[in-house]
Amino acid sequence: MKIGFGTEDEAFRQEVAHWLEQHLQGEFEQLRFRGGPGDEHMFPEERKAWEREMARGGWIGLGWSRECGGRGLSISQQVIFHEEYARAGGPGRMGHIGEGLAGPTIAAFGTDEQKRRFLPGILEGREFWCQGYSEPGAGSDLAGVKTRARLEGDRWLINGQKVWTSLAHESDWCFVIARTEPGSVGHKGLSFFLVPMHQANIRVQPIKQITGTSEFNEVFFDDAETAADNIVGAPGEGWKIAMALLGFERGVSTLGQQMLFQNELDEIVRIAKANGAAADPMLRQRLARAWAGLRTLRYNSLRMLSGPQNGSLRPEAMSYKLAWSTWHVELGKLAMDVLGPQAEILDGEPYELSRLQSLFLFTRSDTIYGGSNEIQRNIIAERALGMPREPR
Amino acid sequence: MDFALSDEQLMIQESAAGFLAAASDSAAVRAAMASPQGFDAQLWRQIAEELCWPGLMIPEQYGGVGLGFVEQAILLEQMGQHLLCSPFFASACLATPALLLGDNEALRQHWLPELAAGSLTATLAWRESRDGWHAAEQPRATRNGDGWRLDGIYGAVLDGASADLLIVATRDDAGALRLFAVPANQAGIRRQALPTLDQTRRRARIELDGVAVAAEQCLHGDGSGEALLDKVLQVAAIALACEQTGAAQRTLDLTLAYIGERKQFGRTIASFQAIKHRCADLMLAIECARSASYYAACVAREALVEDGDANLAGQLAEACAIAKSQASETFMHCAEESIQLHGGVGFTWEYDPHLYFKRARASEQLLGTPSWHRERLATLILESRP
Ligand SMILES: Cc1cc2nc3c(=O)[nH]c(=O)nc-3n(C[C@H](O)[C@H](O)[C@H](O)COP(=O)(O)OP(=O)(O)OC[C@H]3O[C@@H](n4cnc5c(N)ncnc54)[C@H](O)[C@@H]3O)c2cc1C
Repeated sequence: MKIGFGTEDEAFRQEVAHWLEQHLQGEFEQLRFRGGPGDEHMFPEERKAWEREMARGGWIGLGWSRECGGRGLSISQQVIFHEEYARAGGPGRMGHIGEGLAGPTIAAFGTDEQKRRFLPGILEGREFWCQGYSEPGAGSDLAGVKTRARLEGDRWLINGQKVWTSLAHESDWCFVIARTEPGSVGHKGLSFFLVPMHQANIRVQPIKQITGTSEFNEVFFDDAETAADNIVGAPGEGWKIAMALLGFERGVSTLGQQMLFQNELDEIVRIAKANGAAADPMLRQRLARAWAGLRTLRYNSLRMLSGPQNGSLRPEAMSYKLAWSTWHVELGKLAMDVLGPQAEILDGEPYELSRLQSLFLFTRSDTIYGGSNEIQRNIIAERALGMPREPR
Repeated sequence: MDFALSDEQLMIQESAAGFLAAASDSAAVRAAMASPQGFDAQLWRQIAEELCWPGLMIPEQYGGVGLGFVEQAILLEQMGQHLLCSPFFASACLATPALLLGDNEALRQHWLPELAAGSLTATLAWRESRDGWHAAEQPRATRNGDGWRLDGIYGAVLDGASADLLIVATRDDAGALRLFAVPANQAGIRRQALPTLDQTRRRARIELDGVAVAAEQCLHGDGSGEALLDKVLQVAAIALACEQTGAAQRTLDLTLAYIGERKQFGRTIASFQAIKHRCADLMLAIECARSASYYAACVAREALVEDGDANLAGQLAEACAIAKSQASETFMHCAEESIQLHGGVGFTWEYDPHLYFKRARASEQLLGTPSWHRERLATLILESRP
């Protein structure tokens, strides 16, 4: 058990920090600390250009295997990259759904042809992805998916509606779970498709969120097309692949996320010192609790990423989503309490939120998306603690 | 960076778990609770002679095994699981670190070999503040020729009645803290065992009445007593956090076993979602306490060895506050839930949850309450950082 980084790793840290320092300049300067949660609608074109800049520097696909065009870096080095990225104020990643979800899924389950077709677009920061899982009738219970797909000649025709699709309006491709076996129910008869977004038969309708901004959308598929080859796995294997993909969501990027959290907490601490909140014993307790909680998230991640990486989800990994979402939603409230009366006044018309107001509102989603806290508790109880399953 | 147990560490963990499951089962714990000195002397000899646990982190030059604090943390987690009643905590987690972190080489050479062998046990006597740290006021050390004369009372010293060697915290005429190593049988020392709410860990009142000690019995150079005591208590608090984590895990395991069997309304209690979600929350809290206490143990290792990583050792206060506050609250919460989810039998003397509940309360208070540690952390964040 060793918690320090070696000299080689520290050299890598220097390299990352130096590159970021050199490149978050000029046209990209304005992107520092932008585009994070609650701010994801800002600077989309500039952030896409930033993805291409990152790709030129070789900073996409750090954890991907070399066969897939990645760099196959060690866990330590990936951790370091994400830490330095957040420390430097690197903008919210437009490519994260492709790099973190679509890519690893295609690498694990796709054909060689699919890998050749799709992985370079992600690695080069050219093609952006969104996730088409949720539907009006299928939220926590994803097996309730009703969107249908049928093979006609050399293409699949897709009909139905997705909802809450983050960044659909900025995406080139969507991975879609749809029913290929007419009349099937539950997780049988589902398939996993790669669908191009730029076509007339797909309509994207933004949804205004609690923050007043729109980061997610309704997506309507009306005989939307995708090539016959753009199915991952065999028809009927969609559930298996969809679930495996959710496993990729907990990876090294959690440590980068924590550095963003640290930036937020630092801002709250700064304000507390300046406005007198730091003298309030109750707030001191909560600030310390937040600090301890964030450090602990980091320790959890280090444990999660250490030891045998055999793909099995250990208890600390299974509880990670519940841990960080619960922590983050508390931080949002703490931010408001530290601001006090000032928390009420917006930055401007019509509904321009400050960073912390945005944090306060946006964190309400952390406990809902990607498996709500209640669903996480079910998973922990059933898979980690071996308790009886919910009736289904 | 590899924050996982090594193969050797996993072996230590497994063998400790196996040994304690048999040697410190519920019946053994209850027998120790009822015994006059609070632990099974024969079991202690076995632990010392066959398993070499008391000397685990004592360097080889003093007759120890020469492993580090992380290995000790692994043992502590298992001891907590099984509520082992023994002088280990007082001797190996309080007194031994005091000798190791002090700078009196002669004292180390004199005492550590016997502490490592377990043929002697020791403890640390200090007056606790309300919040479980050290009080401003400590027994007095007055100049007495070349040496010192010690007077005063300690209210509740861990294993104070059974320890052979006392490390005592005092204040001298100039108000400086001084720690002395004093054999418990020295003239002027009166010890009285106290009945305790948590019967798995004994306390004693110790009175020093004109105890004469030589200057050489002081653990440290002039002016460094305060920092030394603070550091020792931090290391011990981290040790306690590891123990609390293991104990918390055990309360959850006991609860899961019970509610998996017990049926009401035609189904097991464990099948109700309200119960499942509470257990999931307990598991999350335990995993967090475990991460925090192991991280702190890694930091303590660096603080305890001479060539330790200075950057990590510098995190001692922060890591300690984080680990002890979380492990305390987690253990307490798990123990409360354990009683509640056992229903009526959870309220009996016969079932084990009360043993853990009482240990949880005692441990939460000992070596800094959660809110005390958080206030210390707040000071670090708000006043010490730029
Ligand atoms: C900001 C944001 C971004 C999102 N981005 C995407 C995206 O890009 N792609 C995508 O596919 N989806 C996305 N989602 C959708 C998200 O995954 C769903 O909102 C989530 O799965 C919950 O589904 P639901 O909203 O239908 O709520 P419901 O499933 O209707 O749940 C309502 C409440 O009931 C509780 N509940 C449900 N089932 C149980 C149960 N068995 N036991 C106990 N309690 C239960 C839930 O926890 C919740 O509190 C996003 C959501 C948000 C908020």
